[in-house]
Amino acid sequence: MTQVISIHPVTRIEGHARIDIHLDESGRVSDARLAIAALRGFEQFVVGRPAEEIPRIVSRICGICPWMHHLAAVKAIDGCFGVAPPAAGHLLRELCQVLAHIHDKILHFFFLAAPDFVLGPDGDYSVRNIMGLVKREPELAARVVRMRQLGQTMLERFAGKAIHPVAGVVGGFAKPMVDAERRELVRDGRILLDFACSALDYAKDQVFPRFREEMQSLGTITTGFLGTVDQQGALRLYDGQLRLMRADGAMVEFAAGEYEQYLAEQVEPWSTAKMVYARCWDEGFSLNPDAPKGVYRVNTLARLNVCDRIATPRAQTELEAFRAQFGRPAQGTLLAHWARLIELVYACERTLEVLADDRIVDPMVRTPATPRAGRGIGHVEAPRGTLIHDYTTDDNGCITRANLIVGTTHNIAPMNLSVRRAAASLIAEGEVDAAILNRIEMAVRAYDP
Amino acid sequence: MSGSVRPRLSCEWLHACSGCEIALLNCGERLLALLERVEIVHFPLLMDHKYSDRGDAAEIALPEAEIGLVSGGVASEEHLAVLRAMRRQCRTLVALGTCATHGGIPALRNQWPVDQAMGTVFSGVGGNNTYPVEVPAPLDRVYSIDEQVTVDLCVPGCPPRPETIVAVIEALLAGEKPPLPNKSVCETCPTVRAGKGQRTVHRFLANADYDPRAPVAEMRCLLEQGLLCMGPVTAGGCGGPDAPLCIRARVPCRGCYGPVRPGGNPLLDMLNGLASNGIDHRTIVDRRSLLRFSGAHGLLKPLGRRG
Repeated sequence: MTQVISIHPVTRIEGHARIDIHLDESGRVSDARLAIAALRGFEQFVVGRPAEEIPRIVSRICGICPWMHHLAAVKAIDGCFGVAPPAAGHLLRELCQVLAHIHDKILHFFFLAAPDFVLGPDGDYSVRNIMGLVKREPELAARVVRMRQLGQTMLERFAGKAIHPVAGVVGGFAKPMVDAERRELVRDGRILLDFACSALDYAKDQVFPRFREEMQSLGTITTGFLGTVDQQGALRLYDGQLRLMRADGAMVEFAAGEYEQYLAEQVEPWSTAKMVYARCWDEGFSLNPDAPKGVYRVNTLARLNVCDRIATPRAQTELEAFRAQFGRPAQGTLLAHWARLIELVYACERTLEVLADDRIVDPMVRTPATPRAGRGIGHVEAPRGTLIHDYTTDDNGCITRANLIVGTTHNIAPMNLSVRRAAASLIAEGEVDAAILNRIEMAVRAYDP
Repeated sequence: MSGSVRPRLSCEWLHACSGCEIALLNCGERLLALLERVEIVHFPLLMDHKYSDRGDAAEIALPEAEIGLVSGGVASEEHLAVLRAMRRQCRTLVALGTCATHGGIPALRNQWPVDQAMGTVFSGVGGNNTYPVEVPAPLDRVYSIDEQVTVDLCVPGCPPRPETIVAVIEALLAGEKPPLPNKSVCETCPTVRAGKGQRTVHRFLANADYDPRAPVAEMRCLLEQGLLCMGPVTAGGCGGPDAPLCIRARVPCRGCYGPVRPGGNPLLDMLNGLASNGIDHRTIVDRRSLLRFSGAHGLLKPLGRRG
């Protein structure tokens, strides 16, 4: 008899998802699917709205990465109205972008993923969580909670709202930074960098070595990767060129505005999330686990794979060590956690670098804009991956068309492959228990969907 | 609620973005203290309790709890099933955030029939008729949760202020009436009102006029500067004892806490308010956006054959 086992909901992820594992008569995995259920229709209901209002609406796509949606939209609307922000406007936006990455990475690694590693993947579900972590490692947990809150407080102090921000505006930023604010942010940024370095050391010394096997094998697949780099090939989170790498390491680069030539979308009947694939590889799209086609990954591991280097010192040292151990591109699914902590260090270093640029306190932060007909495509790297907002406006500067490719969308196809791989390797003769199901979920959690 | 058995807390999210949950996590050390006082029995973001311990996709079994928090509106059959299960199992059910209390941003969808919204989202992808068919059926519109079940307490905000969420839970634990703000954004806003403002409102295409080195309290009211600001009709509390959050960013309010008047209609209330101040409401572009956060309760509806 065939059977379907559902994991519903997938937990300790930042959204709604379900896994269905199909077993054949002999109890072998015949299929396994991850369905993301989150149709809200933003592409419909931004239509007709004045374009300058869009960054305050689309932030509600995600309460964990609202800054990335806010900023991708702001950049796109700059394009619609043909307005170029002054240098300080860009610097303030990038500061908020990297600060928002900091809270997200602490949240994901320590609140969502770490219970599997610190308390064990096979333990009692009622303690395998942040509450259990507080009991097991009270000092670490208290520091983690404080540091995450500090990152959010820095954003709120300077930019008003941390969750569902409003300070990014077409043409630049809504308020300049004054010296006192800058000094406080530098002071707190140093505290966060210190924490980030010790968090990475802790994970490298006490967490990852105990899971050497899983890091390389659980849900591991072979795919290409997509991320953002600058002209020198260095990792970027706020702007730059998109770089698409094949599994064999061959790469192409393109501007976000050209995305339709390189990427295309596909709908499957069992998921409301669209799937994206690499159109430019000319092989179409297939989720066949033995011969997937067009599939690439985004998110932390992808960004570290596609970049040639990281332009801040501590993160570069860590990238070199990571690459020496796992090669380039590294394919291990759970290595995304390691990459996430390296990016946490980068985000902290970049925060201090942006704050050190004297142009950041220039009072000229916004170029006034005039509504007009146009098309704008904006992109940033969200924690979950490359985020693209594409809008068209009418003569009155109101939206007529929108297309949004969010980070998780790129990863739907590879997550499905990873779930299938993990399920097939862990389930034999129909024997399934809670520990096996949690290990399958770990393959999803690594993607931080 | 003292002794060795801690009161149970159950949390769910429906048509939501997780911002309300992140707001709760932003409470920092107050959150840690709270975690020691309650037993969390269900919370998909943070813990691994599932709807079925048999792997049955159709089953939605939730544990009993003294306090239940639900964020998000109701947009699909599955949301409705989860919400009803929460209502059955939770003694006190709290609607957390503006999506749960007024529909929030996702209720902007209520301006179009559901088929049309689906058609736009999936148009141009892999040819025609590409709707996903094996996913939970969408409802005809997006509902706030009090339209579907009895709610004991509404805590609006997009997201609600972290300190307010913790204070609400602490009050419920103590058996007290939760302290909820009842003033409007304007009543909590320190900006300077001279009484004589502009007669029109314009779009936010250039920054407001203010001295960035001076405190918010020295800035002229944004509505009086001619920027559309929803402060007069919007529930306050976002900034706690200090200035409203958007005003701190020198940006006008858009109404994310929903109407300050219980049962109020922010669109009509704002137009009335503008008229009584001699401001020409015809200068507003996209008036229906005044219902940006409050489109549930039948306030936003499809209009004829509009695109």
